Amino acid sequence: MTTVTMTVNGKPVSENVEGRTLLSTLLRDDLRLTGTHIGCDTSQCGACVVHVNGEAVKSCTMFAIEADGAEVSTIEGQANADGSLNVIQQAFQDHHGLQCGFCTPGMVMTTASLLKENPKPTEAEVRTYLEGNICRCTGYHNIVKAIMAASGQDVSAIAAE
Amino acid sequence: MYAFDIERPTSVADAVAALKDEDAQALGGGQTLIPTLKQRLAAPSKLVSLTGIADMQGIANDGDTLRIGGATTHATVAVDTADTYPALADLASHIGDPAVRNRGTIGGSLANNDPSACYPAVALASGATIITNTREIAADDYFQGMFTTALEDGEIVTAISMPVPEKANYQKFVQPASRFALVGVFVAKFADGVRVAVTGASNEGVHRWTEAEDALSADFSAGAIAGLTVSADNLIADLHGSPEYRAHLVKVMTGRAVAAAS
Amino acid sequence: MPKDDGIGAATVRREDVRFLTGRGRYSDDIKAFGECAAVFARSTVANGTIKSINTEAAAAMPGVLAIFTGEDFVDVGGNPAGWLVNSRDGEPMKEPKRPVLAHGKVRHVGDAYAAVIAETVEQGRDAVEALEVDIEEHAAVINMKDALAGTNYVHDEIGTNQCFDWGWIEDNRAATDEAIKGAHHVTTLELVNNRLVPNAMEPRCSIGDYNHGTGDYTLQTTSQNPHLTRLLISAFVLGIPENKLTVIAPDVGGGFGSKIYHYGEEALVLAAAKKLGRTVKWTSDRSEAFLTDAHGRDHVTKIELALDEKGNFLAFRTETYANVGAYLSNFSTVTPTFLHGTLMAGNYTVPLVYVNLKAVFTNTAPVDAYRGAGRPEATFSLERVIDMAAREIGRDPIELRRQNFIKPDQYPFASAAGLEYDSGNYDALMDQMEKVSDKAGFAARRAESESKGLLRGFGVNAYVEACGIAPSNLVGILGSRVGLYDAATVRVNATGNLSVMVGAHSHGQGHETVFPQIVADMLGIDAASIDIVHGDTSKIPFGMGTYGSRSLAVCGSAVVRATEKVIAKATKIAAHMLEAEAGDVDFNDGTFSVKGTNRSVSFGEVALKAYIPHDYPIDLIEPGLEETAFYDPANFTYPSGAYCCEVEVDPETGKVRVDRMTAVDDFGNVMNPMIVTGQVHGGLGQGIGQALVEQTTYDDDGQLLSASYMDYAMPRADDLPFYVVDHSQSTVCTHNPLGAKGCGEAGAIGSPPTVVNAVIDAMQSGGKNITHIDMPMTPHRVWTAMNNAQ
Repeated sequence: MTTVTMTVNGKPVSENVEGRTLLSTLLRDDLRLTGTHIGCDTSQCGACVVHVNGEAVKSCTMFAIEADGAEVSTIEGQANADGSLNVIQQAFQDHHGLQCGFCTPGMVMTTASLLKENPKPTEAEVRTYLEGNICRCTGYHNIVKAIMAASGQDVSAIAAE
Repeated sequence: MYAFDIERPTSVADAVAALKDEDAQALGGGQTLIPTLKQRLAAPSKLVSLTGIADMQGIANDGDTLRIGGATTHATVAVDTADTYPALADLASHIGDPAVRNRGTIGGSLANNDPSACYPAVALASGATIITNTREIAADDYFQGMFTTALEDGEIVTAISMPVPEKANYQKFVQPASRFALVGVFVAKFADGVRVAVTGASNEGVHRWTEAEDALSADFSAGAIAGLTVSADNLIADLHGSPEYRAHLVKVMTGRAVAAAS
Repeated sequence: MPKDDGIGAATVRREDVRFLTGRGRYSDDIKAFGECAAVFARSTVANGTIKSINTEAAAAMPGVLAIFTGEDFVDVGGNPAGWLVNSRDGEPMKEPKRPVLAHGKVRHVGDAYAAVIAETVEQGRDAVEALEVDIEEHAAVINMKDALAGTNYVHDEIGTNQCFDWGWIEDNRAATDEAIKGAHHVTTLELVNNRLVPNAMEPRCSIGDYNHGTGDYTLQTTSQNPHLTRLLISAFVLGIPENKLTVIAPDVGGGFGSKIYHYGEEALVLAAAKKLGRTVKWTSDRSEAFLTDAHGRDHVTKIELALDEKGNFLAFRTETYANVGAYLSNFSTVTPTFLHGTLMAGNYTVPLVYVNLKAVFTNTAPVDAYRGAGRPEATFSLERVIDMAAREIGRDPIELRRQNFIKPDQYPFASAAGLEYDSGNYDALMDQMEKVSDKAGFAARRAESESKGLLRGFGVNAYVEACGIAPSNLVGILGSRVGLYDAATVRVNATGNLSVMVGAHSHGQGHETVFPQIVADMLGIDAASIDIVHGDTSKIPFGMGTYGSRSLAVCGSAVVRATEKVIAKATKIAAHMLEAEAGDVDFNDGTFSVKGTNRSVSFGEVALKAYIPHDYPIDLIEPGLEETAFYDPANFTYPSGAYCCEVEVDPETGKVRVDRMTAVDDFGNVMNPMIVTGQVHGGLGQGIGQALVEQTTYDDDGQLLSASYMDYAMPRADDLPFYVVDHSQSTVCTHNPLGAKGCGEAGAIGSPPTVVNAVIDAMQSGGKNITHIDMPMTPHRVWTAMNNAQ
């Protein structure tokens, strides 16, 4: 076992892990941050996306040891300080960008990365950026719409109720 | 996964030493290796992470050639070569997805030599040199078939030396599920000729299409390959495409790459 | 205008807050003190005889607590089919036992023959590898027609691979044959409705617990219908008394049908929990999900459409082979029959329909209901052959459909396939579709595509489906072994807020938001004061869960009935409080008042009185304010729609891109248009996925080639367009109190034929005489079709 130390959502944590312990396992099993989900075993679904040192990564495809010393943020750390939904989360609720909720944490974390890199993405840029996040419920329409809304763009012309 | 230890050396020398242990294996970004380990298809005793080695990070530009550290991520290549080698940057920016690009490394990809990966195409088409801890290997000698390279056990890809062509373009026709290349063609035009590398198509892995190179070296236009045919012999047959379809796509993608080259 | 958060309001979902902040509670998020892990040993061959399983070495491995094999379950029951289907000759279907763990033979890749319980998952995996197993491999039965012709049986004891040979409507067979023989024109099409893997993003997970002090079992599991799972485990599989088994389905990450069914893993974790006195958890990984979740579709069909010289439809005749896989999953027998054959008249006045359907065992994963369940297969066959017929006889595909549509004044309409449609207006849907899709602009868009070297096609489709399968007395006659009602309890608490316990389960559908909208509207109180309780058999009345687009039409109706009972009782209490006769008391907007006076009491005051019954007519009215209603519908509901799409095809690569997709649906009354629209979006995504990319392929040895996301293409955001969704042209369901029809499956039913029709149109526009391409229309398939047509 190796001791790893990192900050998760701003709080310092220290845990003993095996070499094979994935970052997602550390988050879910040891830290009980179960908002990070596991939807596949081939690094494709994106339900496990978290930020490590500010960059989106698939936490099921990174060893906990590799995050030693890093700053990690997860879905549990995304809301505003007063507990209210942040701009992205609020846009997902306002535009019905989630149904079963399972892929949602990864979608929100990926969106945060997208908007940091590209504050006003086009529809095509949003869709391309979501290549590594699979949703089975929404057909993506309202996810793309929510992301564009979260970036401050007017989405009223996009067909929907 | 089976149990193993992880070491995170900070120098190439330490990494090489660590890899001397029996069943030790190098770990780049892990985007292919970790899924493989999850399926218990590999049982290393130890993984030696290369991402903490500062000497293997980043991109240097010495005139006509880029030197890319083996542990440089796809995301970094996509951003840092946008001005110096736009076709490479474009290729890197379409590998996997954003989260994968933040972890996956060029050295890891080249060491794995997946027959559908993108980096082998640009390395081969650019006439790159694969630099390891012991030697320099020309791309033409390095790629030796599907998942096979000239690397010896314990040898590490520390950097890639990538000549920058006058014009280049990469066309990837994606496999609908994995989003790897069903067929990818990288065309690179140098002052002394054109190189065309094909990925995704062959049971032999990445390879050059020399007939197209000859035709394009004489006349760098999409029309120059119109009369050529690609043999379906030894091309990959799977759920997503027959050898004949792949052969067809090689020509289509080559033409598109020539037309788009800049 | 709808009231704020009442019926018809686009209220945002309250459940979103926990999902958006990582506070959802899915099964795998639950970690019990002392929990241990179940890991299954699964067959790597499709068909084999288990000669021996030696567990000795594995049992001695670190962390191993117990090992189960099929031998441990020979004395318990099998997992049954929920519907008895008889063959044309009256013979009951073949029903081989589906054991908890395979015994004697393994019958598909992934079939579990042993389970290791260990302290950790990795220790369990180590032990599974240490099992000494001798399985003699036999040739696999994969192709359905070969399966019926051969003597290699999936289940030796039944001596055939045919589960049943069903005819619908058998009495119409001769007349249908005759009509086709004498018809002016007959269009014939052979097609495949491709097998799909449901791929809810949350893999299945089951956690078993047993209390040796009380004898109580608890199962937490990824289920769409916990009461059904409890019933199956209690009555058929393990014999645990229902009152000693609680089944809880917490947050569930999508189902699409695959989580309706009881699976052996659920029984195993319960049995293991009892044996060990520990909480036992199993979480599927995606690879297991591909191999063991019930798959969907997988029909091979020949359909014929007979027309007269004017283009009137005279008869549809189909011959279909439906793959049921290696074992009968719970609804695998009703899905291809009564949810498919009964829809084979479509939206049309066609007088004759005959369906012959042979259900076939193969050495593949079980196949069962997947979003749409039988109706997509029916719609696909009908709407493809109609499109082909239109082309053959030189008619516009929309006009040919309109000519044969049931007209609004013909309802109730007895369809030739045996259903009574209660309402609809298919022409209005088609009109609206033509309008909102800007069909008029298609020619210009085609010209623009062609200028880029791309082919553009327009495809259209009409569908009618049947939701909220019912009523119980009829389905009982047809072979159902369960009732098909649902239930709700409305509990008014003393302080005036409400808990509403419902039998339906929400795993993306938004029940926690929508059901309160209904109750709030009826009671005239704030929706925020109403909470929904679902998914826990110890808390909710016996309901049948969520599938078949039934939650609103059936369970929502139960909510209405229970709320009506609450109002009736509250009115009596109010009358007492107001010293009036109950008949003189009106209830409006949360206030009870005496007609013609200004005397009134609020709903909250009545609630308090019900629980603090001082000064209460205890001899006339019981204390408390809580009512339960079971609702058994009089009929199915019949949503319908008109869809169109436009595709661009790259003729050099065969790549198809859906550029525009329009869905105009009639769902009856809509409770929450935002949620309804979202449901359609999801169905469209899955339907386009089926049409273009989703491919489930077994090789001849029964190995699943598309067994991960590396080879099974899930539609991604960049595969799909924004959709145009419209439900302005609704007709009301005539037989349930909400007038609602159900919206969950429509998108997946209406879209696949639309996309295929559009691609064929594009092919034709490119001068290719291509009349059909099987789904999924991958680039390779489209290119091959174009290449062969040259």
